[in-house]
Amino acid sequence: MAKHVLRLVAVVYVLFLLVLPVALIIWRTFGDGIGPFAEALTSPSALHAFKVTLTVAGWAVVANTVFGVGAALLLVRHEFPGKRLLGAFIDLPMAVSPVVVGLALILVYGRFSPVGGLLESWGLQVIFSTPGMVLATVFVALPLVVRAVVPVLEELGDEQEQAAHTLGASRLQTFVRITLPGIRWALGYGIVLCLARSLGEYGAVAVVSGRLVDQTQTLTLFVEERFQNFDQPAAFAAATALALIAVVTLLLTKLLRPKDRSHGN
Amino acid sequence: MTQEVTAITVRPVRRPAGGTAAGLGVAVLYLSLIVLIPLAAVVWRSGEEGPGYFWRSVTTPDAWAALTLTVGASALVALVNLVMGTVIAWVLVRDRFPGRAVLDTIIDLPFALPTIVAGLVLLALYGPQSPLGINLAYSRAGVVLALMFVTLPFVVRTVQPVLLELDTEMEQAAASLGARPFQTFRRVILPNLIPAMLSGTALAFTRAIAEFGSTVLISGNLPFKTQVAAVNLFSQIEGDNTTGAAAISTVLLVVALVALITLDVLQRWGSRRG
Repeated sequence: MAKHVLRLVAVVYVLFLLVLPVALIIWRTFGDGIGPFAEALTSPSALHAFKVTLTVAGWAVVANTVFGVGAALLLVRHEFPGKRLLGAFIDLPMAVSPVVVGLALILVYGRFSPVGGLLESWGLQVIFSTPGMVLATVFVALPLVVRAVVPVLEELGDEQEQAAHTLGASRLQTFVRITLPGIRWALGYGIVLCLARSLGEYGAVAVVSGRLVDQTQTLTLFVEERFQNFDQPAAFAAATALALIAVVTLLLTKLLRPKDRSHGN
Repeated sequence: MTQEVTAITVRPVRRPAGGTAAGLGVAVLYLSLIVLIPLAAVVWRSGEEGPGYFWRSVTTPDAWAALTLTVGASALVALVNLVMGTVIAWVLVRDRFPGRAVLDTIIDLPFALPTIVAGLVLLALYGPQSPLGINLAYSRAGVVLALMFVTLPFVVRTVQPVLLELDTEMEQAAASLGARPFQTFRRVILPNLIPAMLSGTALAFTRAIAEFGSTVLISGNLPFKTQVAAVNLFSQIEGDNTTGAAAISTVLLVVALVALITLDVLQRWGSRRG
């Protein structure tokens, strides 16, 4: 009896909080067939928003992947004072509100700050432009790759790397032939999480982009702007596209997730 | 930068010191440029006009209303998660029914779904055009709903692994000694779950405090009524009140930091007991 009540409570809660709202928006988007959906997403503004989103997310994922693997190797394979502090700093972005991230970047890289002014005199505009949006996205997604790779590196141990080293392999060879194959699933998992977070970032990008339509407007900003301008079909279509990306991400992470938790039963 | 690097190279390390120092230097530089210096700039800017100005910025009627609403709603949402998250984790681990695997996968959706989309989908079901006839748009209940949506996975995902590891032998022993199911739960299972439940709740609270995107559409951002701290902050930035915005940001950072330190303490407490 109690078992069934708990099951019912859990299912109803998730149904009404999560499943029905998402299903409703997908249903409303495709209510009139796929035509209006495709039409709404191929308007010049929507296509431009796609392009900006992919550019920003692409750079952010590259940066965070390189940093993530490097930082994970540093945290697991090296000893140095302040290691715990470095780990804490890497986790810090998780606790910062996206709007605070935007403000923080404006204060340092905005036109009226010393650094931002200097960069602008060199012809590099950061805030209200792509570099600032990339910085904001890198900030919010920073810990994801590191946190995906660290546990697997710890589990692998460094015996194989040591062996390769003794046999005369260079550092790069050891990394490419031994370390990288060992962490590839975890790395894939981290990259997928990072990509999803980057594609979906809203708050931080809203602040640093200046929300210039057809210039710095990403897909998430497009959703908000279209909705506020009473263009529901376009807002719903873009939201559905983002929701479908999220569902694909979810299934991918399910495939790539380190399997430690599934055989606990 | 160079100072830090040389300071580290003189210390003995296991690996060739040059590699560690160079790697560490690059990592610290990267973190500093993107995370640490900008955050330090926020805190520094908030104190630039003195503590009096800081206090006045945080206690302007609209900022104060936004901050108290945010902390209150986040605390409420954290409590809901504490209960519902544990129930869902329990059902996922101990119950078997068709669709359980789907439920298990779907729990992570709020992590993958962009927050603005979360707000939009909630508005579709619980807004003015609600097919259920429930309209929570522009109300505090709408804010709470949005926060519940984005924080759903935290408690589930911290409690679930602990529950999976838990030995059922103790429960069987308790049952064979005549304990009723509820007694077994309260005396045997619950004490093992509490550290995980609390750390999940702390994470949910931290996330709720910081939340922006999901509340933008459903709350309508009415000052004194439904405007949360992050939205108030956003409007101050748009209005070029940078110092005031920095003060509110600092408060948010401090609240998040306190919650995270509490979490760390709870985790140590948990691992000591385990």
